Amino acid sequence: MDVTTHADATTAGSRTAAGRGSTRSAAPAGRRRRGSVTMAWRKRLEITFFVAPALTLFVLFIVVPVVQAGRYSLYRWNGLGPMVDFVGLENYANALRDQIFTDAVMHNLIIVVLSIVIQLPLGLAIALLLNREIRGRTVLRVVIFVPYVLAEVVAGVVWFMLLQPGGAMDGMLEAVGLGGLTRLWLGDPEIALYTVMVVLTWKYLGLAIILFLAGLQGVPTDLYEAAQLDGASWWQVQRRITIPLLGPTIRTWAFLSMIGSLQLFDMVWILTKGGPANSTMTMATYLINQGTDRSLYGYASAVAVLLFGISLVLAAAYQIFVLRRDNPDAPQPRKVRR
Amino acid sequence: MASKRFLSTVALGAGAAMFLAACSGGGSDDATAGGGGDGGTSGGGGDVTLTWWHNSNTDPGKAYYEEVVADFEAENPGVTIEISALAHQDMLTRLDAAFQTGDAPDVFMERGGGELTSHVEAGLVQDLSEVAAEEIEMMGPSIDGWQVDGATYALPFSVGVVGFWYNTALFEEAGITEAPESMEDLYAAVDALKAADIQPIAVGAGDKWPAAHYWYYFALRQCGDEVLAEAAETQDLSDECFVRAGEDLTELVAAEPFNEGFLATPAQSGPTSASGLLATGQVAMELAGHWEPGVMQGLTEDNQGLGENTGWFPFPTVEGGDGNPEVPLGGGDAWACSADAPPECLDFIRYMLSDEVQTGFAELSMGVPTNPAAEGAVAIPALAELVTIRNEAPTVQLYLDTLFGENAGGAMNDAIALVFAGQGSPQEIVDATQAAITNG
Repeated sequence: MDVTTHADATTAGSRTAAGRGSTRSAAPAGRRRRGSVTMAWRKRLEITFFVAPALTLFVLFIVVPVVQAGRYSLYRWNGLGPMVDFVGLENYANALRDQIFTDAVMHNLIIVVLSIVIQLPLGLAIALLLNREIRGRTVLRVVIFVPYVLAEVVAGVVWFMLLQPGGAMDGMLEAVGLGGLTRLWLGDPEIALYTVMVVLTWKYLGLAIILFLAGLQGVPTDLYEAAQLDGASWWQVQRRITIPLLGPTIRTWAFLSMIGSLQLFDMVWILTKGGPANSTMTMATYLINQGTDRSLYGYASAVAVLLFGISLVLAAAYQIFVLRRDNPDAPQPRKVRR
Repeated sequence: MASKRFLSTVALGAGAAMFLAACSGGGSDDATAGGGGDGGTSGGGGDVTLTWWHNSNTDPGKAYYEEVVADFEAENPGVTIEISALAHQDMLTRLDAAFQTGDAPDVFMERGGGELTSHVEAGLVQDLSEVAAEEIEMMGPSIDGWQVDGATYALPFSVGVVGFWYNTALFEEAGITEAPESMEDLYAAVDALKAADIQPIAVGAGDKWPAAHYWYYFALRQCGDEVLAEAAETQDLSDECFVRAGEDLTELVAAEPFNEGFLATPAQSGPTSASGLLATGQVAMELAGHWEPGVMQGLTEDNQGLGENTGWFPFPTVEGGDGNPEVPLGGGDAWACSADAPPECLDFIRYMLSDEVQTGFAELSMGVPTNPAAEGAVAIPALAELVTIRNEAPTVQLYLDTLFGENAGGAMNDAIALVFAGQGSPQEIVDATQAAITNG
């Protein structure tokens, strides 16, 4: 999964950056051949043959579970025995009435916003820095990317130990004379969500930086040369050339970040299990809590469908309003001319 | 990453049956014996294979159970037992999955109460009332937790009680000479410990159930076991003693006796868990069950736990409560046969409860045996004390979350944890549990 999204983002970045000047129609139209009906049939057969395995897996492991979840969500069912207690949309109504769930949705949205607000400028700044010829650049890149490579469970356990009362984090603060700043990082409902946010930033900043760096490779050097000739400052170059040309990469990263934040589960589960006092509960931890811990499989399925729906709506909205401009084949919003 | 996580989230909650089926499929890989087939299907020539899931996945328990199986197989030619030794939580998750897919192991661990009731209602366990009448007689009141409507569905092999485990050295350091008997004594002990700069009580409120045990005990002291049993039967918590229990709890939380950061402290995992804090001498006491010495041993480098400093006292008396202070909160584990298990399943369970096997079980401190013949073999003195208390108690009140079943019990634990966080009220514990009963 990582590889494909990464590659997608890279090509999206380089394609628009490098290929903006080239004519759009050249590649696909040149290959297309008209005429022979058998060729068309053969082509269809080929497509069917190659798509079938992937399609089967997709149906089996994505479509079927989603449909099943929809079905379960209409029953009151503890997971044992046959489903007999049909309750219609009651599970959905209960979920939307449950303040823990609506709070969880809010937490997810806070995480979506904070991820972008914190990681975008930070990631961009570091990527621009690392894109310059500086000593130890490779080492720095590796160091920054390590948290992203580290398994989430391992990272979570390590941070959990660090953030314990009297743990290494408090020890370090005390050592530098900031003993007054020590907190119950994970034990205080007021700040636990933000503690989790810091860990998430640490974990995912590497991805943003690597994507931005990849995008930067696609910015044509002649533009920089031209700017240099015009006497543009480094800041002007970044603001007028680099960042705009990095747009598609940034938008793709933001999309990944948004979807990841909406479905956030593992780090929260390890650090806080959604506590203390539900202050870090996300939709996904709520779903597991209600499903496997309480055996409310019907209800948990309703929550899963809601999570799916919310993610789908936001993803679709983002595709339509933000990502569309990066896809040259998509119909562009028409501008009325007078 | 993002979409992978998304998929597993959807699959987990949503296609529960599908996803979990995959897990249970993996379960058979853990079986040590090679034999064919699962679900206890008889092979050729009258040979029978039993699948057995247990949670003693570390030595010496794991090795002991392998030995027990070898002996049983030698005495019963034609019977093969496939063992799956799983971590406790894994075992519970897989059992849930196995029940959903109709692929349950022949012999499994049953914890009783509302959980058992839902298994019985779904027709997943065998009624052992008649075939095991002799063993049931032997158990005495310990068997209560595994009966539904007068029928017995599982035979307990370990039943213990919850109380305060404490560090005798730290108590001494704080000048506490006698174990607290009433709540007043406990508050005095807490003050004395604080004055000596010792954190009084560890509680793993991050996992919720250890915190919930306090409310269970207050409810038991305020209401009495008969009121609790009736409440579980009628699924009605309107008796005002339940609110009083919450008031006692609020008072306790307000006294701030708990370890720093207790809201995020896990129960038993790692040195910073509640059990770890007690085992390493960083707090003076913890409310926990009979498993505590074993857990503490696993959390200290020398595998000794608190060793000689291990002390135990029962939950204090509560002024004005209607409950009998002699009744402890507790529970245990029992072996059950799944609905499709062959008759050999019962032979195996009988063997597991025999004097011989239970004695070995007690010697290794794997639990608190239910067979009276094995009681003298309990190795740790404080644990031996528990056996006496359990046996002399008029009855043992099953943990309320188990008693009320996963749904209502879970809602109860969540609401109690909120009171620990200073966010819930005594009335809300009752309301949340009642709402879960109604909506579940």
